[in-house]
Amino acid sequence: MQYFIQAVKIAVKALLVNKGRSFLTMLGIIIGVAAVIVIMAVGAGAQSLILSQVESLGTNLVGIMPGSSGDEGLPAAMMGIVITTLKYEDMLELLEGGNAPNIVSAVGYTKGVGTVSRGSESYDTNLSGITHGYMETEGGELISGRFFTEEEERNLSRGAVLGYTVKEELFGDSEAVGKKIKIKKHSFEVIGVMAERGTVAMQDYDDQVFIPLRTMQKLIAGVNHLGLIRAKIDDEKNIGIAINDIKATLRQQHNIEDTSGDDDDFTVRSAAEALDVITTITDALKYFLAAMAALSLLVGGIGIMNIMLVAVSERTREIGLRKAVGANNYNIMMQFLIESITVTFVGGAFGVLCGIVISYLIALVANYLGYDWAFIVSFTSIILAIGVSAFIGLVFGLFPARKASRLEPVEALRYE
Amino acid sequence: MLMKVDNLKKEFKTGEVVTKVLHGLSFSIEEGEFVSIMGPSGSGKSTLMHILGMLDRASSGHYAFLGREVTTLNDNELASMRNEKIGFVFQSFNLLPRTTVLDNVKLPLTYSKNKKEISKRAKKILESVGLGHRLRYYTNQISGGEKQRVAIARALVNNPSVIFADEPTGNLDSKSGIQIMDILQKLNDSGNTIILVTHETFTAEYAKRIIKIKDGRIEEDEPVLNHRQALDGDMLK
Repeated sequence: MQYFIQAVKIAVKALLVNKGRSFLTMLGIIIGVAAVIVIMAVGAGAQSLILSQVESLGTNLVGIMPGSSGDEGLPAAMMGIVITTLKYEDMLELLEGGNAPNIVSAVGYTKGVGTVSRGSESYDTNLSGITHGYMETEGGELISGRFFTEEEERNLSRGAVLGYTVKEELFGDSEAVGKKIKIKKHSFEVIGVMAERGTVAMQDYDDQVFIPLRTMQKLIAGVNHLGLIRAKIDDEKNIGIAINDIKATLRQQHNIEDTSGDDDDFTVRSAAEALDVITTITDALKYFLAAMAALSLLVGGIGIMNIMLVAVSERTREIGLRKAVGANNYNIMMQFLIESITVTFVGGAFGVLCGIVISYLIALVANYLGYDWAFIVSFTSIILAIGVSAFIGLVFGLFPARKASRLEPVEALRYE
Repeated sequence: MLMKVDNLKKEFKTGEVVTKVLHGLSFSIEEGEFVSIMGPSGSGKSTLMHILGMLDRASSGHYAFLGREVTTLNDNELASMRNEKIGFVFQSFNLLPRTTVLDNVKLPLTYSKNKKEISKRAKKILESVGLGHRLRYYTNQISGGEKQRVAIARALVNNPSVIFADEPTGNLDSKSGIQIMDILQKLNDSGNTIILVTHETFTAEYAKRIIKIKDGRIEEDEPVLNHRQALDGDMLK
């Protein structure tokens, strides 16, 4: 132990002699470690942002999508493949009291894009054909007017509820409710305007027009299938039961006898599962980027090796003298190893410091821009970063240290 | 008997060329002797000192140190022999730069098994060579003569069986040189074995015995009848 402290002292002294050189040597490690820390922190911040947004939608929601999928993978519908197995009648069946008693409300979607116009103003936006259960299931507020009723949904009424952005685009500050607009050449009356809700989980809630589902299917899209049903469950702890009820109901509805799920032509996902999928994807992205950044540590390590080889040849006489007064090969090897580990350890510590400061600034800017961005630097990533850089010192210091330890004392003493 | 050398040979190989430096030397040195190994440059005297000081290995022959055969020892055993039994004083001092006088003297002790009271022992030795007031000085802040006294203190600090001095006065002015020889003589008077390597007859004659080497062979091995006495200094008490 005493020898170790002595060796660290020698190392620090040697580093201070060539301050500029030591700093440049460390720079590679500092940049690498800082990059890893920043990427991990930004990744974690972005992840928490997405997750908290998804959670804000409600964790007692269940999504029913057309097409089958494994437990882990993405439902086919999410990858842009059109599957027509989910119908309006399926949703009605789910809402039948006895089939899935835990469902409080549900909303069916048929989505599309189209041009909405008012006089000479026109705007391309998302068209959401929805059933009247939307507000109850997904939440959201109206700032004026009303939402459409169950009756209007059934008799193909032409009422439209505008998202906030659409209203701003077409009407500016003037009142929209009661006015006429055209959606793909068809005339609609604006019956309500939604309050601003922002972008949640990559979906802009304000940039869409809501119209009754059947109207959307018959008049605009010319289809009769649903893209998604979302159901609200009475309590989070009943989600498991509800999912089983939903599956049983839909199998019956679709005449599927196999109860193992292999033949299902639909997918039921809870919000929790959706969160898991998002976490898996963002984790993979985060670690991939961190691994890229860690590559720069490797480059830094080669720099360390280079400078240690220079140090060994500069201090050949010192090595000779130490051997003459009794240092053995192990002593010399440890001295140089500890020196290279000290360089990378100190570099790693500086890197962590820089990384934390930069991550904090990013969080600050993001918050200033209005994002609910968490500043997350995990203790593990700090320990990992310093550990990895010390390890790099060990690996890349080994060769120079070995070279030093194998010098013949006479040769070393004679070295000029 | 401190050391006994029997038919010691050393040759260097540079590629295909073999250079014979020592051609089978045999002699012995008793404890408490003060011996000069003398010879012109290229005679092999430095090579002989390196082998005797266990910094280098003989190509063939036997070398017994305190009854122990040295030629069969491995690197680590040689390192601890150098640490415990041998002290070196070099022509160019070989002190560590940017290091205090005290830390330089402590250096052999940091590699020693006996780590008790390192600072105390080092200070005591430095006081005995008259450098008690220079403990915290850095080695670039002291004179050449003082540097060589630090080197002597470093050689002495682990209480070795023999001290090798390789041209210890070569880089010093004559006054400092005489002080160094005075210290070495006084060390010998108090029982230390000293082996001095030099090419100057004048310096060699401070010893009590001179082994003259020429072309890798012992040319002469005789006691010095009236060995030179350094001026009495106050250096060693």
